Amino acid sequence: MSERIKKTFESGKKLLSIYFTAGYPELNDTRRVIRELEDSGADMIEIGLPFSDPLADGPTIQESSTQSLQGGMHTELLFQQLEGIREEVEIPLLIMGYFNPVLQYGVEDFCRRCQELGIDGLILPDLPLAEYQLHYEELFKKYGLTNVFLITPQTSEERIRQIDEASDGFIYMVSSASTTGVQQGFGEGKQAYFDRIASMKLRNPTIVGFGIGDSDSFRQATRQANGAIIGSAFIRMLTADGIPGIKNFIKGIIDN
Amino acid sequence: MSYHANARGYYGRFGGAYIPEMLYPNVEELRQNYLQIMQEESFQKEFNDLLSDYVGRPTPLYFAERFSKQYNTKIYLKREDLCHTGAHKVNNTIGQILMAKKLGKNRIIAETGAGQHGVATATVCALMGIECVVYMGAVDIERQAPNVARMKMLGAKVVPAMSGSKTLKDATNEAIRDWINNPTDTHYIIGSVVGPHPYPDMVARFQSVISKEVEIQLQEKEGRDHPDYVVACVGGGSNAAGIYYQYLDRPEVGIIAVEAAGKGVKSGHSAATSALGREGIIHGSKTLLMQTDDGQITEPYSISAGLDYPGVGPMHAHLFDSGRGEFISITDRQAMQAGLMLSQLEGIIPAIETSHALAIFEDRKFKPDDVIVINLSGRGDKDLNTYIDYFKL
Repeated sequence: MSERIKKTFESGKKLLSIYFTAGYPELNDTRRVIRELEDSGADMIEIGLPFSDPLADGPTIQESSTQSLQGGMHTELLFQQLEGIREEVEIPLLIMGYFNPVLQYGVEDFCRRCQELGIDGLILPDLPLAEYQLHYEELFKKYGLTNVFLITPQTSEERIRQIDEASDGFIYMVSSASTTGVQQGFGEGKQAYFDRIASMKLRNPTIVGFGIGDSDSFRQATRQANGAIIGSAFIRMLTADGIPGIKNFIKGIIDN
Repeated sequence: MSYHANARGYYGRFGGAYIPEMLYPNVEELRQNYLQIMQEESFQKEFNDLLSDYVGRPTPLYFAERFSKQYNTKIYLKREDLCHTGAHKVNNTIGQILMAKKLGKNRIIAETGAGQHGVATATVCALMGIECVVYMGAVDIERQAPNVARMKMLGAKVVPAMSGSKTLKDATNEAIRDWINNPTDTHYIIGSVVGPHPYPDMVARFQSVISKEVEIQLQEKEGRDHPDYVVACVGGGSNAAGIYYQYLDRPEVGIIAVEAAGKGVKSGHSAATSALGREGIIHGSKTLLMQTDDGQITEPYSISAGLDYPGVGPMHAHLFDSGRGEFISITDRQAMQAGLMLSQLEGIIPAIETSHALAIFEDRKFKPDDVIVINLSGRGDKDLNTYIDYFKL
């Protein structure tokens, strides 16, 4: 697993991870968004590789992906945009996307490029556990990439144990059965789910995603989990305020 | 080599289940139960009773004498257009609604392109008194108005898919999103042999009734249970899977798959996946897929809303890849002409999807004593507006 991810979790603080779509709002903003996020206090970044048919995402992320692709984003260009990023940014960087663009790039080539650039891990929601273990686990390990799996409130205890066993970084806890950006805030049902997962004493730390958009939901989500991910709400802010809005947005989450 | 799905849902290198974890429990529940439920006596009885008394099966196997004479060979039409609701789609929706009931689901979602699957789903939901939501591309809602009206009369809610090309692919994305957001009470009735395992295998099994009937009917008419060729149009490929099913592992039967070339395979307005596609992942399955070099899914085009899909089912990808199937692509123009010809020679107005399969004879020659069975997958009523516009009727 990536040392950077390991150290970040060992810090013990409640981590704020931000998802954004590469090439959004403008094609060449990717690097500036990453730098600004680190400067503003984000602990980890998920760089979204846009896909034409993001079926697990809601309208906000789909719209940003469409705009990024129309602007000319593609896999090789993203890698070019990330050249030398490790001279400027220290926090863990992961690439999150759908499996087909990775498959077309060539899974091994994709992994090699990630390693060269200092990418720490991949989150590919439609690459399920069984296919990963059968075909790709060795490759990911060879190139030092952490593969992050998702669990949801519907995931059985047995399967959570399997995923925990197969994970070597952290587990992405989807807060509810939903596509991204659908709901805001957490009721009692969510807390029961968070409690249940916490009581399982997993080997890997957990990060909560989906439905987090402000300091309240961040606090609730991280009461027991090790961190939380903000995606759609961050993209909505970027759409409205652009890169200058990042500092205030992050401060609004972590300083309150 | 077998051309059926293996235990992991693979046809050769195609198939599988590439789904986000949010869908895993739904798909896994289905995977663990579908074969067992389908084999239960009570399920079989209810399924077969509904197919005969409600759908009107067996559908005739009709020797198209004048059409055959035109091309100097023996052409039989498997009349799926005579099924209740006007197409083969209902074989599968009857099966899946019974499956959904066995799994304790009380809400149904579906995607539709031409509207035939949407109508077939709305129909079985009305029959069973179950809530029904159908996703349909906004463009398809425009061009298939009669089917939209039918679905609404049957009590279904029709939700326009506004993303992407606003056609079948996008309707499928929206249906999958609905399923992610409603994981426990909802069953997703996929209309073709696409999607994550076990859908391609399950849908193919429900549609296999078509070739099972052909075996019996040909025995009566030709004294043998198999034709020399089975022919069907392929969008996702459910009618094709149905007519091929019993013959997949019988090499003496030629398998011909007909895809929509649209305005021409190289025109940039086509849905001919076998010619234009590469291995990729769409809607949870590894298959042949029309895409950019970068793995973004390409917008397909066909005059027929039902063939307007950028992939094919994994069974068909494997038939192409292995050479077991012969793939032919037919343009809009060729299909429309063939549809008109069948109407005038046989008094049967076919769906434009089916017209693609009927159009192969101008280029693909057969021997006079070859026995060819074409799956006449649907009737053309829903396409009348397209026929009217095209021929200025």
